[in-house]
Amino acid sequence: MKFTWFNLMPWPYLPDDFREKHRSVWVDIDSRLFDPAKSHEVYNSYMDMLEYAGTLGFDGIGVNEHHQNGYGIMPSPNIIAAGLARRTSDVALVVLGNSIALYNPPVRVAEEFAMLDCISGGRLVAGFPVGTSMDTNYCYGQIPALTREKYQEAHDLIRRAWSDPDPFAWNGRYNKLRHVNIWPRPIQDPPPIHIPGGGSVETYDFCIDNDYSYSYLSFSGYIRAKALLQGYWDRVVERNAPDESPYRAGFAQTICVAETDEEAERLYSEHVSYFYNRCLHVYGGFADAPGYRTIKTIQTGALSQYAPPIDGYSSLTWKDLIEQGHVIAGSPETVRQRMEDLIKGLNVGNIFCLLHVGNMPMDKCMYSTRLFAEKVMPHLRDMFPDYKDDNRFWCKPLAKQVKPGNLPAEKEIAAMVGGKD
Amino acid sequence: METKTINTPHVPVRYFEGGKGQPLVYLHGAGGITAEDPLLAKLAEKYHVYAPLLPGYGDSQECSDLREMLDITLHTWDVVDALGLKDPILVGHSMGGMIAAEMAAVAPNDVSQLGLICPAGLWLDEHPIPDIFAMLPYELPAVLFHDVEAGTAMMTAGVSLNDPEWLKGFLVQNARQLGMAGKILFPVPDRGLSQRLYRVKAKTVLVWGDSDKLIVPTYAHAWKKAIKGAELVSVPEAGHLVTLEKPDHVASAVAKLG
Repeated sequence: MKFTWFNLMPWPYLPDDFREKHRSVWVDIDSRLFDPAKSHEVYNSYMDMLEYAGTLGFDGIGVNEHHQNGYGIMPSPNIIAAGLARRTSDVALVVLGNSIALYNPPVRVAEEFAMLDCISGGRLVAGFPVGTSMDTNYCYGQIPALTREKYQEAHDLIRRAWSDPDPFAWNGRYNKLRHVNIWPRPIQDPPPIHIPGGGSVETYDFCIDNDYSYSYLSFSGYIRAKALLQGYWDRVVERNAPDESPYRAGFAQTICVAETDEEAERLYSEHVSYFYNRCLHVYGGFADAPGYRTIKTIQTGALSQYAPPIDGYSSLTWKDLIEQGHVIAGSPETVRQRMEDLIKGLNVGNIFCLLHVGNMPMDKCMYSTRLFAEKVMPHLRDMFPDYKDDNRFWCKPLAKQVKPGNLPAEKEIAAMVGGKD
Repeated sequence: METKTINTPHVPVRYFEGGKGQPLVYLHGAGGITAEDPLLAKLAEKYHVYAPLLPGYGDSQECSDLREMLDITLHTWDVVDALGLKDPILVGHSMGGMIAAEMAAVAPNDVSQLGLICPAGLWLDEHPIPDIFAMLPYELPAVLFHDVEAGTAMMTAGVSLNDPEWLKGFLVQNARQLGMAGKILFPVPDRGLSQRLYRVKAKTVLVWGDSDKLIVPTYAHAWKKAIKGAELVSVPEAGHLVTLEKPDHVASAVAKLG
């Protein structure tokens, strides 16, 4: 199993009447709700938490990209990942990912990911999302019906920029470049690639055909994800993939751990409520720009993953959220059982653990994270013994990693120029 | 109106045809058009009307080769050629007006009569056009109609918005139609037309609903200024869908072209 401690970086100061007074947490969210001075502490706490998780035995720490979004103040995940690369060791940096259709030219992603891979000593796990409609179409103005074609070209260009040893010309529809020749090049050839998807058949096939891991990053939990991931596994068989390795798939799950089930509710329910009621308050008109999803995908009956439940999240109580699997919460034993159901039920080897939820303060987050790392994770390590050596979808760091802060001592410099100290 | 199909180099095109008289090609707006459209019926009393569907509209085939304004402009010229027409009266509503104006700008010697009904294609920073791509169905009537109540009834006739099958059908239709429209209208409906409009030589009539809340009447004056000699006909008590609300007025305005 590969467990990644994942932080969306929500803004923790959305007001109590956010739902009533504001139409959306995303795209046209009121900028007056953002306080730059407060964000100084928010960003640094969140980065501290990622670093803390990196010391507890998680396989990865994860970041992602959203724009104009009250639950994800991380428009540039690469900036966060660069900070983490310096302050962590061993743990994978899971950047899930860069919305490659938004970068102009996309060789920028090839370059920045190569830099992250080099600085971190080969610890990068790279994500290439198409990007949500909110980010890609409404915030960044990409034409919905052309987004996938542009994405595909960006992908092809990045892969070639990483692998072709010689300068080449790129005469694409969306990119014209006469001299592609990126410096630096990534350590890994190539870094493992994870593709966040929301049920597009085309994305299933793209992952299967390229040996990329398919990640379903929903907030509605593992029970509702069953049908979608079953569709993916059916497709894996239909397209004659050589195996059904669980590492071909990943899943994001909100998790809260305490000593007892009761304590979990007492400690975490307000933060879970903050997330589902305020952070997911997205105006319906931004959920799915016409043309963004393919006809085939709509016809499979998949609503946008951002389409809220018919009655909205606000009607869901803590009990509902737990029973329906949106959130896995409780004692270590309760969480372990639920996680086993999730892992077996979905056949997923990569788990993106959403252990920071909504406006959860750092002390509670550390408590929940440590309990998960010490009392849950060890029991889930060997769920797939047949695939325990399958490292195709994970990073392969250099054996010898340099430690930051390793400059020569001042007296060595004196010795170098003077011959003596 | 009869429903027919004609081949063009990129894709077979559906079109409605009816009436007798001088040929008139009518280009629909982003919402699409049906054979029962009241304006088509009215125009067919005086003209031989051809109303081609943009690929993806109605039951017509989609065309992924059409990506940008020039592709769509030349494709529509291909349709005119395939219909065997020379210098037909060219009339377009909203997005269709944008396409018609582009056609007249790229081939000014081939268009001598041009009818533009509240066309898209210009952008004034002081009057940003509402983002129809970010609107929910129930929000549309207020920006599209003068009489919002009657307009709502027209749009939702007998439909339950919660029926999952209806919803799926609606999403598919939106993806096909507005997905195509988005290629020239999203996220800002301006593809540089303002710097080409000086080329238009056609006798031009502009038609605008007085209470158009999508492309407000201020735009009518920008168009009038951009096309030499253009005549503006304002229609009282009509919104952006003036074609549905006041088809008789629109047809009389078009008749000024001859």
